[in-house]
Amino acid sequence: MKKFLRSIFALLVLAGGMGLFVTMPARALVEIDINKGNIEPLPIAITDFLSGSEIGARISGVVEADLRRSGLFAPIDHAAFIEKISNPDIAPRFEDWKVINAQALVTGRVSREADGRLKAEFRLWDTFAGQQLSGEQFFTNEDNWRRVAHIIADAIYQRLTGEKGYFDTRIVFIDESGPRDKRIKRLAIMDQDGANVRFLSGGEDLVLTPRFSPSRQEITYMSFAGNRPRVYLLQLETGQRESVGNFPGMTFAPRFSPDGQKVIMSLGRDDGNSNIYTMDLRSRNTTRLTATGAIDTSPSYSPDGGRIVFTSDRGGRAQIYVMGADGSGQTRISFGDGSYSTPVWSPRGDLIAFTKQSGGQFSIGVMKPDGSGERVLTTGFHNEGPTWAPNGRVVMFFRQAAGAGGPALYSVDLTGRNEQLIVTPNFASDPAWSPLLE
Amino acid sequence: MRLLRGMTRSPMAVAMVAMLALAGCATKKPVPNTPAELGLNNAAPGSSQDFTVNVGDRIFFDTDSSVIRADAQATLAKQAQWLGQYSNYTITIEGHADERGTREYNIALGARRAAATRDFLASRGVPANRINTISYGKERPVAACDDISCWTQNRRAVTVLAGAGS
Repeated sequence: MKKFLRSIFALLVLAGGMGLFVTMPARALVEIDINKGNIEPLPIAITDFLSGSEIGARISGVVEADLRRSGLFAPIDHAAFIEKISNPDIAPRFEDWKVINAQALVTGRVSREADGRLKAEFRLWDTFAGQQLSGEQFFTNEDNWRRVAHIIADAIYQRLTGEKGYFDTRIVFIDESGPRDKRIKRLAIMDQDGANVRFLSGGEDLVLTPRFSPSRQEITYMSFAGNRPRVYLLQLETGQRESVGNFPGMTFAPRFSPDGQKVIMSLGRDDGNSNIYTMDLRSRNTTRLTATGAIDTSPSYSPDGGRIVFTSDRGGRAQIYVMGADGSGQTRISFGDGSYSTPVWSPRGDLIAFTKQSGGQFSIGVMKPDGSGERVLTTGFHNEGPTWAPNGRVVMFFRQAAGAGGPALYSVDLTGRNEQLIVTPNFASDPAWSPLLE
Repeated sequence: MRLLRGMTRSPMAVAMVAMLALAGCATKKPVPNTPAELGLNNAAPGSSQDFTVNVGDRIFFDTDSSVIRADAQATLAKQAQWLGQYSNYTITIEGHADERGTREYNIALGARRAAATRDFLASRGVPANRINTISYGKERPVAACDDISCWTQNRRAVTVLAGAGS
């Protein structure tokens, strides 16, 4: 793990250091408006990156898979390509790409430096304007080749949509194996596309609901170790674990504050109900934010840290409430049919994702922080636990179909149209998306 | 007469419950039939088997409810009486939820069910310092299927006998 993290920071990014090939000015550049309701995926040609081995095509293949799964791009079948790129340093024959309707073209090369590191370069071209849109090069250890591919995919996504990408990210989740009445659950981490799965716990203890710190290589989660259900912190670099706070009862439903300085969670009361507390990770001071004789749980901060959204059944059924970060002004915002839970504030601040139970179905939906504009993104027998991509355009969740035996991870974009399975080694649940790795 | 009617009715109810379980559940376990299988003959008085078989170690709840139903009150009254007789046991009450809820809410719901069960037993004279509670939410179903026949069995509070503090 330690070696892995060091190599992340050893990754050098040299942006904009490559010559521009402007052959024709003045045409409106190719772009995608993700704010439109119905997005036609942009036809894009992603050529195999040149290299002396298969590493070039492997990297461009991951770039292509990322862009395709976003639903915003339609990579063109390589069999349709006319021009074979032999020198990515010179402008391509734009006519050859226009005729197959490739609005954008990606070319690149991967070579090896004298010190053994990989050098990966790419150029993004606007074929109809006949000009280069961006070109960057990266140096990295070979182990990190998938990260370089995700960083390139993010650069292309950002250049063409105007928004930050989300491909160079990870997912922490719960790996589930064994029969349903004796399920073994392990903490696990992987890249957002399902690659590089690693296990962070061995399955001895029941573990649930891992969440990333926004600022450190750390997660918070719930564990039943020693039959004492408690919130824990796990340092990813050192593997060090500790329980959070010295509470008398069960603690659960943890999340970090946006500055990473606090953990917010539920504490079980002696009367069987639950209230929301924060613990400052430096001072270890705890603060109670709710005091109802009801279930108050699943707290999630707004990205500016000023407000908290949470679940409460103080009105009789589980509904979504918003309050100030000090617990003031607790206000119900969900009023549709059924019950609402697991609210999560978008990193953009504009929406809250939730699980809704209604008519025997479980849906993933979004609403504005004032409760207006509710939209369901997916519905079915059991969908639960949304988590946001760092750009606030995609949510991941887990789904268990009736009779499926166990859950799997899916992502869906805000249109609800682009749903993608994330392939995992076993059943999987409780995904949480990391910030961009940077 | 009333007693007789009640007696003749109960085997039918048992049979129906068994059929429901068979019809609904993906994992079918053989239903115990004979007194020996049920452990009726060899449960030593005061043993955990005696408690499970002759008293009943679990009660069931309605959907999203922690109200102790009338049938559950009867079971808990028997538990309290038994625990009064065998006062060397401490107990842990496990609160559980069915899978038709979200994870964190169901952990809270299981805690509420365990607390309601504890409070009922305490009201029937079981000292609070002999009772621990824990919630497993929806994490430990006893019946594994995707319909109501399993969900009704999973919405439960189980009284587990801990160290017979001899």
